[in-house]
Amino acid sequence: MNSTELAYRVRKHALVMVNKGKSSHIGSALSMVDILAVLYNDFLNISPLNIASDDRDYFILSKGHGGASLYATLAVKGFFPVHELDKHYQNGTPFSGHVSHKGIPGVEFSTGSLGHGLPVATGLALASKIDNRNSRACVIVGDGEMMEGSNWEALMFAAHHKLDNLTVIIDRNRLQSFTDTENTVALEPLDSKLNAFGCYCLEVDGHDHVEILKALNNKDNDGRVKVIIANTIKGKGVSYMENKVVWHYKFPDDEQLRAALNEIDGDFYAS
Amino acid sequence: MRAKFIEALTYLASSNKDIVLVTGDLGFGSFEQFEKKFPGQYFNAGIAEQSMIGIASGLAKAGKIVFVYSIGNFVTMRCLEQIRNDACYHDLNVNLVSQGGGFTYGALGMSHHATEDIAIMRALPNMTICAPSCSKDTYDAVLQLIDIKGPSYLRLEKANTNEHSDNSLSYEIGIPKMLKEGKDILLIATGGVVNEVLDAAVTVGDELNVSVFDFHTIKPINHHIILQEIKKYKYVVSIEEHQVNGGLGSLIAEIIAENNVDVFFKRLGINDELITLVGDQAYLRDNIGIDKNSIVSFLRNIKL
Ligand SMILES: Cc1ncc(C[n+]2csc(CCOP(=O)(O)OP(=O)(O)O)c2C)c(N)n1
Repeated sequence: MNSTELAYRVRKHALVMVNKGKSSHIGSALSMVDILAVLYNDFLNISPLNIASDDRDYFILSKGHGGASLYATLAVKGFFPVHELDKHYQNGTPFSGHVSHKGIPGVEFSTGSLGHGLPVATGLALASKIDNRNSRACVIVGDGEMMEGSNWEALMFAAHHKLDNLTVIIDRNRLQSFTDTENTVALEPLDSKLNAFGCYCLEVDGHDHVEILKALNNKDNDGRVKVIIANTIKGKGVSYMENKVVWHYKFPDDEQLRAALNEIDGDFYAS
Repeated sequence: MRAKFIEALTYLASSNKDIVLVTGDLGFGSFEQFEKKFPGQYFNAGIAEQSMIGIASGLAKAGKIVFVYSIGNFVTMRCLEQIRNDACYHDLNVNLVSQGGGFTYGALGMSHHATEDIAIMRALPNMTICAPSCSKDTYDAVLQLIDIKGPSYLRLEKANTNEHSDNSLSYEIGIPKMLKEGKDILLIATGGVVNEVLDAAVTVGDELNVSVFDFHTIKPINHHIILQEIKKYKYVVSIEEHQVNGGLGSLIAEIIAENNVDVFFKRLGINDELITLVGDQAYLRDNIGIDKNSIVSFLRNIKL
């Protein structure tokens, strides 16, 4: 399986899960599918086989509300059976809307309150340095989430301690809860802010798997934290969801689901 | 309840230019009209709760009456020291409004369960705490909160389908409401779960004669009224969609203990755990034994 096929399967699972669970945040889940697919298929040294080893990598999804696509990625990658995904958002199961590590193999850390994941990933990266281990820490944060001060506090610390084994990927889909980040509390110029904080900042098309992998493998960070600003589209892959804030909240009904799955299939087989 | 909150705030803001609503990037679909009507009185602080409370405190210090809105834990715990040092210590008119008390956001998971908020807010001096059980009371609470100096916490939930609609009892901050008069057993509850308790009390109506006290204000309370009430019963039960430690149950236990009241007392709520099991609000209430059916069984097992 290549990352394109992984992304294709994850998108379909996530849509079905959100339809069945009548849950929210599908736009947030779809926007980072390509990043997750490249991370788990081609970059992270994490698999069901080495999950207990000391040298494996760490991944935290800090924008935990997009959990559906992380659960789907882990299932397709064999951390647990794909049919378990049917339990998403169902009473009496472990599959909460926000990412939970309890009872779900492969999930490193529970999140849901924004601004927690990056500091925790910083701690994991630091521990790996202390112990002289090869483990790298990766974290996906939302762009709106970057408004949380805790992230900048952690970046300052990570820069101070030269945590070049920490990679932060910002899912820059430009939308948050009401509207565009720039019309809420402007983030720009984001790259110069990050560089000023001592990070090594790269910008990629967050749906281009080649670009994403190249940035992940880039070794020019030279003692600095790597931050990848991944320009993405919220709701990517389903045209009626793309760039529409309501898909932060709504779930597709059966008819909408069919249309979405058709579109995902069409795009995959055309490629 | 959120609809009633914004309805009340819109009513107040139309005659009071000092009212400011600050949101932590939440309230999509609810606040747009308010923003349009009162553009200089509405601000989105972004996803940044600590600075949101600091900003609200600054506004209040300069004379504004500030309402700060977010989801349960984000407007209480994420910014706790700002609430304590900035809002409480300076006794500022910063009114925290949380959506999602208890398990309102059930299946979204642990991060969204507001189940320690009352305990934590209750520990803060100067804080007024309201947890209304229905939409109508939410409206009245907002109208009364602006007249109370100092910080407050208003805990909102989803409107319940089984909301009691007894409009004959007026809502007054600080005065609990006796929704059903009985004898022998007194059920004291706060927030939306009051409706489950009332349904349960009605269900056991023929066998047991139970009173239901809607304890919609956690702070300040009138010890005298509560004490007088508690003394009339053989058995008192507190019910809350919250940890049993630190919230309503603790409050009642403190009153009973400090006044040497001779009564059986039991606290129903969450027993000192963060809930991992996923489920909607009804499912989780059932799981911890505070839904109507669980309360009915509990009542039927009481030996008086
Ligand atoms: C501390 C905290 N505050 C507020 C929220 C509510 N919330 C959930 S998602 C969201 C918007 C997130 O926007 P962004 O980080 O850009 O992620 P996107 O969904 O757009 O990918 C908000 C405000 C939260 N989960 N945690």
